[in-house]
Amino acid sequence: MTTIYLDNNATTQVAPEVLEAMLPYFHDLYGNPSSMHTFGGQVGRRIRQAREQVAALIGAFADEIIFTSCGTESDNTAIRSALATFPEKRHLVTTRVEHPAIHALVARLAKEGYRVTELAVDGAGRLDLAEYEHSLTADTAIVSLMWANNETGGIFPVEQAAAMALNKGILFHTDAVQAVGKIPIDLRQNAIAMLSLSGHKLHAAKGVGALYVRKGTRFAPFLVGGHQEKGRRGGTENVPGIVGLGLACELAASRLEEENTKVRHLRDKLENGLLTRVPNRQVNGDRGSRLPNTSNISFEYVEGEAILLMLNELGICASSGSACTSGSLQPSHVLRAMGVPFTMAHGSIRFSLSVYNTEREIDFVLEEFPAVIEKLRALSPYGEVGDAICATVEG
Amino acid sequence: MWEYSDKVKDHFLHPRNVGEVKNPDGAALVGNIACGDALKLTFKLDENGRIKEVGFKSFGCASAIASASALTEMVKGMTLEEASRITDQDIADYLGGLPKEKMHCSVMGREALEKAIAHYKGEPVAEAEGKIICECFGVTEPEIERVVRDHDLKTVEEVTNYTKAGGGCGNCIETIQEIIDRVRAQPRRAPARPRLTNLQKIRMIEETIEREIRPSLQQDGGDLDLIDVVGDRVLVATRGACASCAAVHLTLKDFVEAKLKELVTPELTVEEVTP
Repeated sequence: MTTIYLDNNATTQVAPEVLEAMLPYFHDLYGNPSSMHTFGGQVGRRIRQAREQVAALIGAFADEIIFTSCGTESDNTAIRSALATFPEKRHLVTTRVEHPAIHALVARLAKEGYRVTELAVDGAGRLDLAEYEHSLTADTAIVSLMWANNETGGIFPVEQAAAMALNKGILFHTDAVQAVGKIPIDLRQNAIAMLSLSGHKLHAAKGVGALYVRKGTRFAPFLVGGHQEKGRRGGTENVPGIVGLGLACELAASRLEEENTKVRHLRDKLENGLLTRVPNRQVNGDRGSRLPNTSNISFEYVEGEAILLMLNELGICASSGSACTSGSLQPSHVLRAMGVPFTMAHGSIRFSLSVYNTEREIDFVLEEFPAVIEKLRALSPYGEVGDAICATVEG
Repeated sequence: MWEYSDKVKDHFLHPRNVGEVKNPDGAALVGNIACGDALKLTFKLDENGRIKEVGFKSFGCASAIASASALTEMVKGMTLEEASRITDQDIADYLGGLPKEKMHCSVMGREALEKAIAHYKGEPVAEAEGKIICECFGVTEPEIERVVRDHDLKTVEEVTNYTKAGGGCGNCIETIQEIIDRVRAQPRRAPARPRLTNLQKIRMIEETIEREIRPSLQQDGGDLDLIDVVGDRVLVATRGACASCAAVHLTLKDFVEAKLKELVTPELTVEEVTP
């Protein structure tokens, strides 16, 4: 059975070119870039090149890039750095729909005594910028808003929000893990102070990420150790990962056009096709401002994990915001924040595409998917037929 | 990804007895769509008071659907007395086990069965009464007490796995801990004989037949095969010399059934079926 991978917001395949670029750094060129000898030193040059490649994708200077181990580390570093360098400020602003890397961190900070404002979103997952501006105070150490939502693909107006924060002299961080490589980002054009990105979401390997820190931003390291990354992040560099991330960023820059034409076309075809073929469904998120690769659709009266396992039998990989897939017993915090009714939230499916998906794959999903929902709805006690009988049983 | 047994996957992908029995003798709906799972169970009895037809409809994850499907297979042919003795552990065992976070799926099966039987008898359901402890999932005090007792649960997390209670906002976690402490402080009623799960019972029956019964029969040129175990009824088919023996019913009663009563459990009866 062939795999149809529509779960690229979870992770992506390493691009073949990227893998090839990484391999020599596992065997022939295994030196430590900090070493004095040429054998190690030549690796250091390759890291510098990767730093330039990453910087180029987001319109940054090379020395504004700090390599980390993942998006979560970048997020933790950014927030903790702001709190450490503005110790008198005890307030943070974020949203209710952030990735757990931020969500769980601010919950921890609240326990440590910080004041946290988690901004609400509307039914489409949009922020109210007036409410946002109102939340910024002299006591606010940092704002952290995600650029694009991992579950719905919804894009926040982070550039506008960053300008508003700058006006009040507040640091602005964005978790751009889902946005980098999918939509154009140019840090020369905005006031964003810090930005997190992750390798494995853009066809590099797992275990490598980066934090952009704008020149002149106060910074305190999260991992303290050696002098790597100019003392901003201790720990011997993940050389193959960093080399791969550099090339992946270069590839992403060259594929941005394709991402926003071909991938967008496939996503729209999938979404519109499912909306036509399956009744009682809704798209979750801001269709007007969304990543080109993501579609989140809820199917009423059926449960997401059951849908996923039936898709799994067909070789189709997707994900769900249902309670059962998380083990948390409650559906996704993003869908709850958006006020998606429970009848819909438990049956949400996220499809996330990449440049490697094909028209044929989408055709196959469109052909097979409606039968999965039909089968599960036939099992479900809810829906028109079931409701009448439930009433008699309850009576 | 959850680690589901092959049996769970089989019952999920090929659910048995889906639907609703027409003019049911007993019916129940437990759970609700907001909680993420719900189960509707309907059954009809035959003239001997055994469950003849049973149907389910389930809104829920793979293990909820599989638990419901398994339950319907288990109760077919049982009297209500037999069916009411099925525990959530029996359902999980029948499926080759459930991930611990998914035990609430089998609990939901047991609750639906109890409620459907109560509906048939016209009795109020004990579980439905009692103070609601977990507002998020509508779990009552007696329900929590019962799983703590039945499964010897020690932590709130375990209670959440079995009932979902405490898995939402978390406001009731302290109360759940108090219930656990209170129930565990009570002296445990030690049952005279540990009750067997269906799976244990079937295994023991198979072992006893293999070790104690077949060798004797085979010495006389006879044999028998275990066909099915329905509640406490052991259905067997006779083979070889036994199949044509006029006294076979005596052998079954005085030897086979006596051995099984002695070595497995005294409730067992042996019946011959013609395949």
